[in-house]
Amino acid sequence: MKAVRRLILSRIIRAAALSLTFSAALAVADTTLLNVSYDVSRELYKDINAAFEADWKATQRGRITINQSHGGSSKQAQAIASGLQADVVTMNQSPDIDYLADNGLVATDWRQRFPHEATPYTTTTIFLVRKGNPKNIQDWHDLARDGLEVIVPNPKTSGNGRYSYLAAWGYALQTSGSEDAALAFVKDLFANVPVLDGGGRGATTTFTQRGMGDVLVTFENEAILLARELGDDKFDVVYPSLSIDASAPVAIVEKVTSKRGTEQQAKHYLDFLYSLEGQEIIARHYLRPRNAEILEKYSHHFPAIKTFKVEDTLGSWRDVGKKHFADGGIFDQVVENQ
Amino acid sequence: MATTRNFSVLPGFGLSLGYTLVYLSIIVLIPLSAVFIKTTELSFAEFWQVISAPRMVASYKLSFGASLAAGAINAVFGLMLAWVLVRYSFPGKRLVDALIDLPFALPTAVAGISLTAIYARNGWLGQYIEGVFGIKVAFGPLGVLVALVFIGLPFVVRTVQPILEDMETELEEAAASLGAQRWQSFRYVVLPILLPALLTGFALAFARAVGEYGSVIFIAGNIPFVSEITPLMIITKLEQYDYAGATAIALVMLVVSFILLLIINGLQVWAGRRTGRNR
Repeated sequence: MKAVRRLILSRIIRAAALSLTFSAALAVADTTLLNVSYDVSRELYKDINAAFEADWKATQRGRITINQSHGGSSKQAQAIASGLQADVVTMNQSPDIDYLADNGLVATDWRQRFPHEATPYTTTTIFLVRKGNPKNIQDWHDLARDGLEVIVPNPKTSGNGRYSYLAAWGYALQTSGSEDAALAFVKDLFANVPVLDGGGRGATTTFTQRGMGDVLVTFENEAILLARELGDDKFDVVYPSLSIDASAPVAIVEKVTSKRGTEQQAKHYLDFLYSLEGQEIIARHYLRPRNAEILEKYSHHFPAIKTFKVEDTLGSWRDVGKKHFADGGIFDQVVENQ
Repeated sequence: MATTRNFSVLPGFGLSLGYTLVYLSIIVLIPLSAVFIKTTELSFAEFWQVISAPRMVASYKLSFGASLAAGAINAVFGLMLAWVLVRYSFPGKRLVDALIDLPFALPTAVAGISLTAIYARNGWLGQYIEGVFGIKVAFGPLGVLVALVFIGLPFVVRTVQPILEDMETELEEAAASLGAQRWQSFRYVVLPILLPALLTGFALAFARAVGEYGSVIFIAGNIPFVSEITPLMIITKLEQYDYAGATAIALVMLVVSFILLLIINGLQVWAGRRTGRNR
């Protein structure tokens, strides 16, 4: 008993010592940046940060450490607005950065600060079906068929779900030409949804682990990752005839960087996302890079697909948010009469 | 020797009361008053519109209904568990006793995920319940109930157990020697003594269930009008940066919970008085 106790005690002391040296190391490092990001970008930024830190060292600028914070993107934006000291934000939908701009943390013209409207990569919404596509799901109109189960994350709480919903809406609007028909279509589609998970990963778990649903509607990178990681014998990826452009926006949180004196580092960091190295890492994570050469190099991952932009076809994000997702908006009507 | 001040037998009343009030203010009252203050950003008409939306009302019914049901189920089976643990001895009793507290210690998300895995269509239990009996547990209101029963289990056991331990078996022997049937001695001797503690356990389990979010969210399925709990509606509002709307719903939960707990407390006092006990 005594020996055990001594062992535990020595472990505690060692852990305390370790954490002390760890925080000391942080204090010695020349600069740190905090990147506040959305939920499922962990793996991507782990690679990006390692490459950026090495690059920063190689170009003799000193040492830099990038710290990461991940979570539901709206929650992350709220955390920054209430004081989380983020130097940069990397989100998956622009309303979250607009919210920060409204609160004076990010420049209002943040879209003009970096190329491609400050979106270093893009993805789109596609389908993941069970191997061999037993229900023969080819396009959006198949999802509204009777007796089918569709897994989509909740559009009210998840950026992924929001894009899926808008993709379905945009498809219906283009094929039918009227909002009434589009409303009827998404109503039929959401009548087939047995579970509304809070976020993209939750929906993935429901589809892959719980055996729910005939089709998962999610981002391309998530779908390819699943099809590859969980074995090719379980799932197939299906590309609809038309989908949505889901570009991931980035911005510098100027209110924080000007206070901490990290403007330059933050700019370099976001520029790195557009560099050849950064773009290559992005492509390796099944996200569509902006650089044409690298997109070409990885074209076997990224079949051509017709996409539309929210801003071009449905109006500004602000209006779309009000019209579709606000209380009493179209999405509420979609789920109301079921 | 007349003094103008009456000294209590116990010293330190002023100090301890002051401490209690400060502590309660910091921990409970100030955060809760923030809810009231934030809600005043809405006019009454807006407030009413938010809290009386049909989708909200459906969520109140599920949240409070399932919580009351879970509390009741836990009261019955928790009493049984406590009874077995106090009155009988069997191998592995200590292990069972320790197991009771697990739902306290387990992170709620872990509980939710494991319950979902077990009760889902392809889970250990789910495949039989859904496949053979056609009853859908995970991703429906029944799943909510299962999760709430799980997290509320320790409360009744832990409140009833000490009372049972203090209760002498002589009481029941006396009842038996006076000609009471086994059922009668339970109904008229044991139960009245346990009732206040049982009600406390029920109230705690209920209160815990009303506020529960982490475990329910995984198993509920979260379909509007069917399996959305009220805490989810609050989170949904927050995700849309609608702070005032979120606090409006929080206020409803607070007030309803407070009234229900007050009623349960009243019942407890009544039950205590009937058996001649103060508490």
